Amino acid sequence: MTEFPYLKDGDVVEVQRGPEPGGAGGVYRAFGETLRGLKTTMARLIEGPLTIQYPEEKTPVYPRFRGRHKLHRFEDTGLEKCVGCSLCAAACPADCIRVVAAENIPGDRVSAGERYAAVYEINLSRCIFCGYCEIACPFDAITMGHDYEMADYNRDDLIFTKEMLLAESIERTPLRSEGE
Amino acid sequence: MSLPFADTQLVEATWVMIVKSLVIFGVIFAILPLMTVLERKLIGRFQHRYGPNRVGPFGILQPLADVGKLLSKQAFRPANAVQTLFVLGPLLPVLSGVLALAIIPWGNVQGGVGLYGIDVPIGILYFFAVGSIAFYGVLLGGWSAGSKYSLLGAMRGAAQLISYEVAMGLALLGVIIMGGSLSLVDIVEAQGAIWFIVPQFVGFLIFMLAGFAETNRTPFDMPEADAELVQGFMTEYGGMRFGSFLLVEYMEILVVSGIAAAMFLGGWMGPGPGFLDPIWMLAKIMGLILVFIWVRATLPRLRYDQLMSLGWKILLPLATLNVLVTAILVVVT
Repeated sequence: MTEFPYLKDGDVVEVQRGPEPGGAGGVYRAFGETLRGLKTTMARLIEGPLTIQYPEEKTPVYPRFRGRHKLHRFEDTGLEKCVGCSLCAAACPADCIRVVAAENIPGDRVSAGERYAAVYEINLSRCIFCGYCEIACPFDAITMGHDYEMADYNRDDLIFTKEMLLAESIERTPLRSEGE
Repeated sequence: MSLPFADTQLVEATWVMIVKSLVIFGVIFAILPLMTVLERKLIGRFQHRYGPNRVGPFGILQPLADVGKLLSKQAFRPANAVQTLFVLGPLLPVLSGVLALAIIPWGNVQGGVGLYGIDVPIGILYFFAVGSIAFYGVLLGGWSAGSKYSLLGAMRGAAQLISYEVAMGLALLGVIIMGGSLSLVDIVEAQGAIWFIVPQFVGFLIFMLAGFAETNRTPFDMPEADAELVQGFMTEYGGMRFGSFLLVEYMEILVVSGIAAAMFLGGWMGPGPGFLDPIWMLAKIMGLILVFIWVRATLPRLRYDQLMSLGWKILLPLATLNVLVTAILVVVT
């Protein structure tokens, strides 16, 4: 055991080696393995492509996928759920949310609470899609949607205003069905 | 008296010859771009992909876009390249490829017109002669570019050439003995009873292996070796000069497939009336091209000492043995 000084006496070292190359056996083996390889690739051909043709087909997202944010209204009254508390802005690690609150005027209410968000902007070029805003919101006014196609030519266009976030988004992303 | 020479007494009018060559030229050069797209699509399918499918229906027009791109590129020449040889590099293989197309038989004489470019009595020797010219393109192009990678690629090309060429010739010798002629037309005619792939299966395998080396394709694409040598001898080429190297690769595949189809697969033989002969030939060639693509999708590149050892230690003795056995059997029976 002097060969392997790091091994304790009695340890058995078993090394598995492939067959020696060369000779008629080697040729036969190489030929057989070549045929096996050809079979493997042909099987892939028969299975057919797995590509998702992106702009036409899209990978479905999971229900909890964190995509572009959405602001919500109450369905019955149509009032905004956001009361301008700025908790989302406080929770945001990327500091991309800007909220300016204003008092509701009785008779012309914007939100259900005392105050509402006069300005609500999310800078999507800074957003890291962590979803903390969604967790921080006490009224479930902001949630993460499923949209992930937000590329734009201009940085300014990536600052989403309240109107854009409130608008019914065009569902461009398919949702993964049960068990998919 | 039946000498082992082809019947070259067939005299055709000059205009027939010209029309014939134009037709062959036109058809082949229509097929070549389709081959590139077929190869890319098939390789894609072999890898669970679609391959090119954006340009035109099913990506058919992809080669058009590629050629357009290559043509619009600057014909760049490295400062320390040898100009004449550098320009000559891509031209020689094109020349040899086109010359080799002439002897692929698409059918026998029909209505006084031989359905082949020319039926030379030296037949297959002509193929070897012009086929070897293609390697001058590799060598000159690689050497004259004045780049390390190109030189390495060219060197490997030379090493590859000497390792497979002998075995390739010997592999066809068995067929020539059985066919009793060097002319491809006569050899195809001799396969009326049984295709030579059956008695000469070993020869067929050796020829196909050598064919992969001749066309510089995987598993023997050492002169190109895109991973280590960045396309080897073509490294310094750009634009349509690069494109013509690519074109030549496909032309050589077609020529090698054509020779293999004529020598081993019964050429134009097939059921149906006589005018179907070229179709049968084309179908067999396409089948062999599919094998080329299939192998490319499967096998990794060999080291070049492995190719040499394969060529000299296995293919050459095997081919010699094949010739010997064939000769003995032909003499005995």
